Amino acid sequence: MNKKLRVSQTEVAERAITRGLALIAFSSLSVLALITVFILREGLPVMLNLGIGEFLTGGRWAPSANAFGIMPMILGSVYVTLGALVLGVPLGLSCAVFLVELAPRSVAAALRPAIQLLAGIPSVIYGFWGLTTLVPFIRNTLGGPGLSILAGAIILGIMILPTVIAISEDALRALPRSYKEASFSLGASHWQTIWRVLLPAARSGIVAAVVLGMGRAVGETMAVIMVLGNAVQIPDSILDPARTLTTNIGIEMAYASGDHRAALFATGIVLFLIIMILTGTANLITSRR
Amino acid sequence: MTQRLLALAAALLAALPLLLGCARAQGGVTVAGSTSVQPFAEALAEEYMRQHPSAVINVQGGGSTAGIQAALTGAAEIGMSSRELKPDEQAQLVETVIAQDAIAVVVHPSNPVGALSLEQTRQIFSGQVTNWRAVGGPDKPIHAVTREEGSGTRGAFQELVMGKSDINPGSIVQDSNGAVRQVVADDPNAIGYISLGLVNEQVKPVSVGKVPPTHENVVDGSYALKRPFLFVQKGPQSAAAESFIKYTLSPEGQQLLVSEGLVPAKK
Repeated sequence: MNKKLRVSQTEVAERAITRGLALIAFSSLSVLALITVFILREGLPVMLNLGIGEFLTGGRWAPSANAFGIMPMILGSVYVTLGALVLGVPLGLSCAVFLVELAPRSVAAALRPAIQLLAGIPSVIYGFWGLTTLVPFIRNTLGGPGLSILAGAIILGIMILPTVIAISEDALRALPRSYKEASFSLGASHWQTIWRVLLPAARSGIVAAVVLGMGRAVGETMAVIMVLGNAVQIPDSILDPARTLTTNIGIEMAYASGDHRAALFATGIVLFLIIMILTGTANLITSRR
Repeated sequence: MTQRLLALAAALLAALPLLLGCARAQGGVTVAGSTSVQPFAEALAEEYMRQHPSAVINVQGGGSTAGIQAALTGAAEIGMSSRELKPDEQAQLVETVIAQDAIAVVVHPSNPVGALSLEQTRQIFSGQVTNWRAVGGPDKPIHAVTREEGSGTRGAFQELVMGKSDINPGSIVQDSNGAVRQVVADDPNAIGYISLGLVNEQVKPVSVGKVPPTHENVVDGSYALKRPFLFVQKGPQSAAAESFIKYTLSPEGQQLLVSEGLVPAKK
């Protein structure tokens, strides 16, 4: 009798904890839902009023004159992100290959925490370093104001390294040992094996790494505000200042009101969609593996 | 186990009002808004709190519009604005001019250009003039630095200098007076505009329309680029807030603002 009661008590506790955890898990989802609804409610009306086409393709952003075209910002985001990928992906991928295939155990053990540390540095520190070191360097050696797409791309290229390295490292590590053994037994050298067998086999994971790195670069705000110059123009050169979607929101939100504020939320909707597409793509690629 | 969890949850719930209470200190006055007004409000608050040890004045930035919003919603008793209120805002708020501020056009200290006409300044910021040679400087490209859309300083500059011309969208945009000053201090080819009170030795203020931006010239009205600094409130506020505003307008408070580089509210 007594024993039975105890069992049922445990069961009740079990169930309560399960329910509780489920509730907490769903509440974090509901936060996402709340944010989505809020952004849509604030941003969608102004977007529809202006016409979605007009909003996305307009080249003039002058909120005080009721001109809300975010094409310069879309292009700014694209250029800076591409620049970051051009710099960050080869570096990150080489680093992952080195860590998995070539580095002695002790070296890898020292490198890995250092890379994790790179991910832990606050973005404002990257921005500050860029502003005080990189920007003057670009201004003095290459010309222009220094605050430029190039500065933004270099900073973001460094910032996406931990993402690119960690995910492509996982992809390389997940490959069956038999691939490598088969390649070696056919007489291939280590480098041939890496280049012709391992990298192609880990292709989907590496693409996912690139896509997630892209998401990181598109979403970064603080560091970019500090080094990009934030000009609302379609840039002619990588030495020109530019503005991304995130920095458009970050730099103007403090003073925005009325339609201006709504247009910043609409910028947020566009950003949200881009990030959703990127994350979705990455998930699709990794689940197909 | 369950009981312990429940107890923990209950304790957390009980502590919630305490945590929320912290956000608004007992008897404290929150002053929020324009980053141009902020350093001056901080100086005032510091002196005021020294004289009234029990008072707590909490000064926050955020920008003019954020400050006006905060005053409207009650998030702050006093909002700070460095731009004139829009008609719909004016209908809902009480404004107090606490001082006048001038806007100085600044260049890198190594720049030989010491004076610009109002017309030249307008042409530089609208992007019609893009080389320092055109205004008597070296053969170098001009890097114009402006504030973001909606900024009180930009609004005032637009009105006082640009008139109907637009500020060149290709200009570098920074989101505070300090950031503009930093960019101009770092770049020998840059030109920007900041609050006169924030000019320091890192940058060189230039004369606009032959009048150098000195305190005397602002006071006697010969320097044209000036605008009001406002405290705004939604109706009468707590005695603590009223007392702080009264101090701001007192001869002592005004003297403090003058010593920080502003021009008194009333002549």
